[in-house]
Order: sequence, then structure tokens, then C-alpha cells
Amino acid sequence: MMKTGAEIIVEVLIEQGVDVVFGYPGGTVINIYDALFQNQNRIRHILTAHEQGASHAADGYARATGKTGVVIATSGPGATNIVTGIATAYMDSIPMVAITGNVTTDAMGRDSFQEVYIAGVTLPITKHNFLVKRIEDLADTLRDAFRIAQSGRPGPVLVDIPKDLTIASYEFENKEVIKPQRDVPVKEEDIKHLAELINKSARPVIYFGGGVISSKASNKLSELINTCSIPACHTLMATGVLSYGDRLNLGMVGMHGHVSSSKAINEADLLIAIGTRFSDRVATNKEKFALNAIKVQIDIDDTEIDKNVRTNFSILGDVKDVIEKLMKYVVPSERKEWIQTIDKWREEIDYHPVDDENTIKPFKLVEAISELSGEDAIIVTDVGQHQMWTAQYCKRTKPRSFLTSGGLGTMGFSYGASIGAKIAYPDRRVIHITGDGSFHMNMNELCTSVTYELPIITIIMNNQVLGMVRQWQELFFEKRYAYTTLDRKTDYIKLAEAFGGKGYKATTIAEFKKAFEQALQNKNCPSVIECVIDRDEKVLPMIPPGGSFDDIIVD
Amino acid sequence: MKKYILSLVVQNNFGVLARISSLFARRGYNIDSISASPTDNPKITKITVVVEADDEIIEKVFKQVSKLEEVEKVTQVDEKQAICKELALLKIHTEDTTTSAEISNTVSEFQGKILEIQPNSVTVELSDIPSNVDSFVTALSQFEIEEMCRTGVTAL
Repeated sequence: MMKTGAEIIVEVLIEQGVDVVFGYPGGTVINIYDALFQNQNRIRHILTAHEQGASHAADGYARATGKTGVVIATSGPGATNIVTGIATAYMDSIPMVAITGNVTTDAMGRDSFQEVYIAGVTLPITKHNFLVKRIEDLADTLRDAFRIAQSGRPGPVLVDIPKDLTIASYEFENKEVIKPQRDVPVKEEDIKHLAELINKSARPVIYFGGGVISSKASNKLSELINTCSIPACHTLMATGVLSYGDRLNLGMVGMHGHVSSSKAINEADLLIAIGTRFSDRVATNKEKFALNAIKVQIDIDDTEIDKNVRTNFSILGDVKDVIEKLMKYVVPSERKEWIQTIDKWREEIDYHPVDDENTIKPFKLVEAISELSGEDAIIVTDVGQHQMWTAQYCKRTKPRSFLTSGGLGTMGFSYGASIGAKIAYPDRRVIHITGDGSFHMNMNELCTSVTYELPIITIIMNNQVLGMVRQWQELFFEKRYAYTTLDRKTDYIKLAEAFGGKGYKATTIAEFKKAFEQALQNKNCPSVIECVIDRDEKVLPMIPPGGSFDDIIVD
Repeated sequence: MKKYILSLVVQNNFGVLARISSLFARRGYNIDSISASPTDNPKITKITVVVEADDEIIEKVFKQVSKLEEVEKVTQVDEKQAICKELALLKIHTEDTTTSAEISNTVSEFQGKILEIQPNSVTVELSDIPSNVDSFVTALSQFEIEEMCRTGVTAL
């Protein structure tokens, strides 16, 4: 059937199972928007305040569901506004398809109005990108984009479409959706070798990351850990993969991870890294990381193997598939001595913050949020101190219930991401935790949740400073607080009300709890709760950049 | 640091060379030379990259390049085992006939070609494996080289 390029785009989106897209209209996508408008009963469009918000929303939607998030933006500034969103998704391996309009093919290369060579701009921050030049290639290119975004290690793919292609007509027929390829053939002898290493090890530790979520391997990982009694710690990205409180879940590791997790890695004789990249926020000192251990890495992306830390043995493959195969050869074990030793460390050397009833202590606040919002809630954070405190104390029990920008560390990520999560799961609570610095970056998206009646609860940890940078300045720059003291005069209650939401302010935990209970009653509008905290609160423990276990700061 | 030759079979798409060179820039790998050319199949382009690296880096380069969507095949080429050539053109300043004679000796020693003789210069050519081209250039450095260019390696 003959269809216009714009109609073809919408048809392929529907064919690929997309039921919602996030975006912002403009001159070069006007035909695409017309087609979306005419198909609004088949595909939903969420209009944000800014394209960056739309890109983070598509990302948040993808993180919460595992499906590919879709963002649409116009050429030029529309396209450059989604660049941070694309880079955020790229660094955390999130499947996303970004569709940008561009000027007509005959206007290209002439610095035409709103022309940017976005394929060039996004070259190093996409898994792949396309500039479609012929209407004949449009449908298959979009299909390729979805296939690439989901296959192997997921990531963002950008498709740039000149305006004349959206106007032109071409024959269109639906095609069967190709299932994304995750299977990598794994050698049985490699599996046996790893099983043998595990069976022989007296002090094994598993260190896992976001790859376990992408691979949907949480249950399998839990099975391996419990069968073989292997203590496991995780990266920021993998928060929630193992349930909080599981005895073998050592919690987060790295710069702001538990002292006991770092100690366990330091003392381990076998370290199995699963779906993770030994980033500089975990292997803070590449040479000293897991110095006494045989290091094994399991990853679906060959470029990750030995990229940051040289391992002794590696298996290239889908994490879930590898663990499944491994289960045939591992011998159940109790490893009582090793686990008791770690339990002792958790009691003796871990950092335990002290409460103070007169002020809001960040750890108390996060614990209260976690308790009041329940296990099913999706917690979304921005970037900085509040992000680390949330990761440390949010007590997640399932994967995809903690969404955060890990690799890129994008301040301003979370309001958009919260919108994406809430659109994906209208019946689950979405709790948006941010800082006063991060919130000011993209707070404009409050209007989006007002428009769509999304009861997202925003909790601002307001310390009046850029806390994480301030913490570094205190520790490493002799307290020269260079341009990190914000002292904004923003009235968050009025701000929330001005947008059409509800605002609250709390200076004690009791006040916070009351405000939160009230916010939960707002079923059709967003809420903002400002929580005043002390500007000198620090995220602890902390391994200084480049440091190792021996350099951990705990007070 | 050693020089490694990578031979890439890539899809002949718009911007494919930029994609590959951008990857090198982003990961901080050094390109010594790069040459791209069409093949008998219009959909395929052959790119030969010479990379300056150590064993660990070249392994990373290999994996990163292989991962690119448009790269169909990567092979590491050993200049002694594969057919691999590079073309060099040199214009050398000459004051007298003695110099010209010496130049022509060096050129014939390397089985190069004299392309042009002018009153004050000789232009020569050599097509050979990269290490021989290196030696050729070194041998001619005793004279005054006015201009020089190399095509970069191409390999089968």
C-alpha cells in the first residue's frame, strides 16, 4: 500500500510494538507529527517541555520496562537538545531509538535554517546511527534501528530523516519483527573451567552490574549465588537486582559502596565480574583492585573484556545463558567460614550513620521514603549526593525499580526519566529524588506531569549547595567552595503550585512523613516536597579517586 | 610501540570512513595511515589502517572496530605474509649530476622508479611493503627532499 514517509515511520513504530513516543514538534517533523496525530488511537505521543526531557523520558521508559524507548525531535536545536539524553542512554546501555527530522535533501550542507549534521554530532554516543537519504530505505532502516538498539548489548540508535522523505510516498508492507539477537555461542569447556574455579575457591566474590538487568538474569544470578554461597556486591546500575536484606547481597561496591564489599573484593581469591565494566567508580585503582583474586569477566560485549582491568579468564556471552549453563557444573557449597568472616566485617567495619532528631539526616530520609512508598515503587534519582544516599539506603527488592544515570552522571536526568517510568507504569508509585542543584536543571518538566496528570512525587534534598562537588572541595581543595554555594531563593511550594502541582516543605523527618502522606493523596497531579538538609552532610564511606581499599574515608 | 596493519571490509555507506576515524579519535588510538578504496562489489569498501600501538592496545582496537555495525570483517595483516603495498613519491633537490647519479643508484637498489628528471630535481617512486618504503625514505634522507607523500598501506 502506498504511504507517505511520515505514515511509514508511524507504521514501523507500531509494527515494532511501540505504543508511546516522547517528543517535541518542529518544522522538519511536522509531517511526522501529522501522521502521529492521525494515528493517535494507535500510538500515544507525550509532549514534554523540552526535547532533553523527552529524551530522558524515553530513556526512563526503557529502563523501567526493558522495551526500546522512542524520542522524536526536530532538526537543529531539537536534535542537539536530545544529545545529552542519547549520551546518557549510551553510557548505561539503554535501548533507545531517536528519530530526528532534518532539512530537505536539497537544502542539506548549505547551513539551511535549523540544519545540524546530527549524525556527525552523535557518532561517538550512539551504538549506530543513520541518515536516511532515500524513501526506499526508510522502513528497513527504522527496523534496523530497533534491531540494533535491542540486540547484544543494548544502546541508543539515531535515525535522521530529511523532511522531503516524510512527504514522499512509497510502497509499504508490514514485516515480521526480528527478535533481537542475544545468543552468543559459548564453549562448554569455558563453562566447565569457570565452574571448576568456583568449586575450588574458598573466598569467591561476585561483582555484577547493569548487564544482569539487560539480560533479565536476576533470578538466575540469585540461584547461582545461593547454591554456591557466593557473596555478591553490585554497581550503582545493578541496584535492586538482588533483594535488599538477602544475606549474600553485600550491597553496593565502589567509591561510595560498603566498606565490607570493598574488603571482600580485596580479600577474595576469586572475583567474578558479571555484566559490568570495572569502571573507575568501582575499580578506583585499576592496579590494586582485587589484587589477590583470580579475576573472571562475563560480558556480552567483547570490547568490555579486559578494557579497564585485565582479567585472568573471560567468557563472552549473554549473562543469563552463561549462568544457566554454569549451574550444571557448580557444586553446592556452604562456605561458612568465608561468609561468617564477611558478616563480621559488616558489623565491625561498615559505616553506620548516626541519626539526629532535630534535622533531616539523608539516610533517615531515604529510609522513610523507601518504607512509605513500598517495594513496588520505582525510585528515580538525579546525580550527586542525593543519588548516592538513595542508592545506599533505598532498599530495593527488584530490578528496574531504581533508575539513575550511572555512566554519564547526568544532572537533570530524573524528571524526564520519572515521566517515562510513570507513563510505562501508571499504577505504580514513581518517586523522584533529586537535589536542589539537579532539580533546577530540568524542573520545567513539572508542567508535563501536570498536563498528563501524573502523580509523580518529587523529593528535593535541599542543602543549598552543589553537595558532591562541595564534598570534594572540602576534602581535596582545603574548603575552597568555588561556585558551589547556590543559596537559591526558589520557593518550591509556590513553584509547584505555579506549575499546577502541590508543594510541601519539611525540616524534620516527622514533617516529611506528614507531607509524603499528603502527597500520596494527590492522584491527578505531581507533588514536590522540599526537604531541608545540612550543607555539610557528606556521602560516606568514600574511596578517593585513584585510591584503593586502604584509602577509604569513613568520617 | 609497533605498527600494525588492519584490513577492514566495510559497507560502502555514507560516512563510513568518518565513523571509523571518529572511533580512533574517541578511544585515543593513533592512526599512522588510512586508505580506503572501492572493491569489485559496489556495496563494499576496503579500508586499510596502520595503527601505532602495543599488543594490548591493538587487541582493543581490533575489538572496537569489529563492533561497528558497518564493519563486516577485520583482519590483522602481517606485511611479510600478505600482499601489501604502499606507494611513495619523492621529489629530491639536485645541485649537480653526481647527486642525480647517487639518487638513481639508491632508487635502483630498491627497485624504485625515476619518474622525472628536472635541472634541479629528481622525482622518484617506490611501491613496496611499508617497511621497505621506510628504508627507502631513510636512504634518500641524505639528500634534500623537497616534497614527499605516501599513500598509506593497502593490503589483500
